[in-house]
Amino acid sequence: MNRYGAQPDQARRRFVGRAGATAAMLTLAPGVSLIDLVRAKSDDVPVSADTRWGMLVDATKCAEGCTDCVDACNDEHGLQTSSRPELDAQYIRKLDLRDRTTGKTYSLPMLCQHCETAPCVDVCPTGASFRRADGIVLVDKHTCIGCRYCMMACPYKARSFVHENLTDQVPNTPRGKGTVESCTFCAHRVDRDREPACVEACTRAGHDALTFGDMSDPHSDISVMAKKIATRQIRADLRLNTGVRYHGV
Amino acid sequence: MASSVGDRFSVLDRAGLRFRFAVAALLGLIALGYAAAHYMEVEGHHVTGMTNQIVWGTPHVFAVFLIVAASGALNVASLASVFGIARYKPLARLSGLLAIALLLGGLVVLVLDLGRPERLIVAMTYYNFKSIFAWNIFLYTGFIVIAVAYLWMHFEPRMGVYVKPVGIGAFVWRIVLTTGTGSIFGFLVAREGYDAAIMAPLFVVMSLVFGTAAFLLFAMAVFRWSGAALDTQVVTKLANLLGIFVAASLYLTAIYHLTNLYITEHHGFERFLLLDGGVHTTLFWLVQVALGGLLVFAVLWTPLGGPPRRKAVVASILALIGGAAQVYVIIIGGQAYPLEMFPGMDASSSFFDGVVAHYSPSLPEVGLGLGGVGLALLIALVGLRVLPFVPDRAAGDVADRQG
Repeated sequence: MNRYGAQPDQARRRFVGRAGATAAMLTLAPGVSLIDLVRAKSDDVPVSADTRWGMLVDATKCAEGCTDCVDACNDEHGLQTSSRPELDAQYIRKLDLRDRTTGKTYSLPMLCQHCETAPCVDVCPTGASFRRADGIVLVDKHTCIGCRYCMMACPYKARSFVHENLTDQVPNTPRGKGTVESCTFCAHRVDRDREPACVEACTRAGHDALTFGDMSDPHSDISVMAKKIATRQIRADLRLNTGVRYHGV
Repeated sequence: MASSVGDRFSVLDRAGLRFRFAVAALLGLIALGYAAAHYMEVEGHHVTGMTNQIVWGTPHVFAVFLIVAASGALNVASLASVFGIARYKPLARLSGLLAIALLLGGLVVLVLDLGRPERLIVAMTYYNFKSIFAWNIFLYTGFIVIAVAYLWMHFEPRMGVYVKPVGIGAFVWRIVLTTGTGSIFGFLVAREGYDAAIMAPLFVVMSLVFGTAAFLLFAMAVFRWSGAALDTQVVTKLANLLGIFVAASLYLTAIYHLTNLYITEHHGFERFLLLDGGVHTTLFWLVQVALGGLLVFAVLWTPLGGPPRRKAVVASILALIGGAAQVYVIIIGGQAYPLEMFPGMDASSSFFDGVVAHYSPSLPEVGLGLGGVGLALLIALVGLRVLPFVPDRAAGDVADRQG
């Protein structure tokens, strides 16, 4: 009995105590957890072909001059600019277009289109360019010999070659001089149920021009949107079944 | 008697000071190439003229030129062993030697230009068989094996009966090899300048031009050095053959451009290459077509060319210069023209979309390429000194097609 003459709320105490112990068990230190509640899958579970990650770009919402997606990508992957821009790696870039007949202008991001039948994967002599089962096209930096044939083959100019020694790399995106690289769809984030950095930045800025999701899931935002609005693939004539679709261009 | 012609071969024995000087000069070129490759590997490709826009540069021009020429250098061996033309039999060994040497020189340049040349073992242990590049690795190494086997059949008297079947194998292999090299470009669906099946036969014909021209110069130099007699008729016949190959190359080039000119979507690229392309347009019309084509005809088939041997030398040099320009225009020009992702629209970006890419060859790139040429010639020179490649005489006064 306490000074106010009431019995303590034992149930509440038990709840607080158990919740505290559970939280302590789950989090040993910042970033180290016994059980990661937000992880979509554990690292030893392979990605599944039931998923097809994709991105929908709504060019009508993409502001000319805005580079939020590009800046976020550069930060996320530790990409830096140099004195020779023609050598800089660009995973995503803003493309400004002007219709020669009508004069109408468009602005949109261009990045690896994560093709189903990717020319870069086809031409790579060592198989370093590969497509994950869930549709993300990546480069294995350990088997890339730096021949750049994939750069010759990419219809979207989406790949970059690392021309010089690198410093200040970020852990999530190991890079290497003499190898080719491109947009990873932020696979390290997607595997933790997070959106790619460019999508997150675009949403945070309130543009909502980028939607990311599972194109195989008919109920995902991207699938629902793609049913409602007209979308197209860039260089659809090549029949590559791209993972990035565009609206409004 | 015809069969006696070329039966006797010897090692290049007039070595002396001239040989040592040549070896020293070639070693100098190789040292230049090695220094360039080392510099590029340590520093990265930022020391070259190559960028994210022009990803294949001067080293690829050298490498493709040497590899394509290697295939064609075997031409004379094929004429002797496959088509049974007796006058070329004494030259078959030289033909095989030059082919192997040029291919090794080209391959070294190609490998040392890789972003990670130390991973050559990866390229030899991980294969993606949908890649024509991977197939080419087999085609190149297989070519060396079959060319060495061909020479062995020549050197070993007991193996003489197998010269023809192995020669036929080498002939087929080299056609497939250049088909594969041309298809490296032909299979690139994304780019306006490539994506054309005609690239394969064009490269086959280019190999006949480069290889025949290189062989003519090589053979004339070797005979001059050795003091043996190279019959003028052989020289003239080979030079005329070179002229026919040059004509065939121009014909396929014309068909390629005419086809593109008929297809509206390629008009932009054709306008770039044929009219507005600056250095590419100049190289195409002035060097590839005028010097490497029309002037070759004039030298060979008008009195302008002078005596037969001079004709052959001048025509061969012109064909090689024109060929180098042709490879440059195909490789660099094909990349310089921007990708058209949005037809009918002008594109611009921080990644140089929509603009013609600028490229200046750098010293390390040229150094690496020259190193490959030096290596090829040194291999040929050393070969001449250690094995009996040089016929005592190669005469044209034998009946053709004696088997």
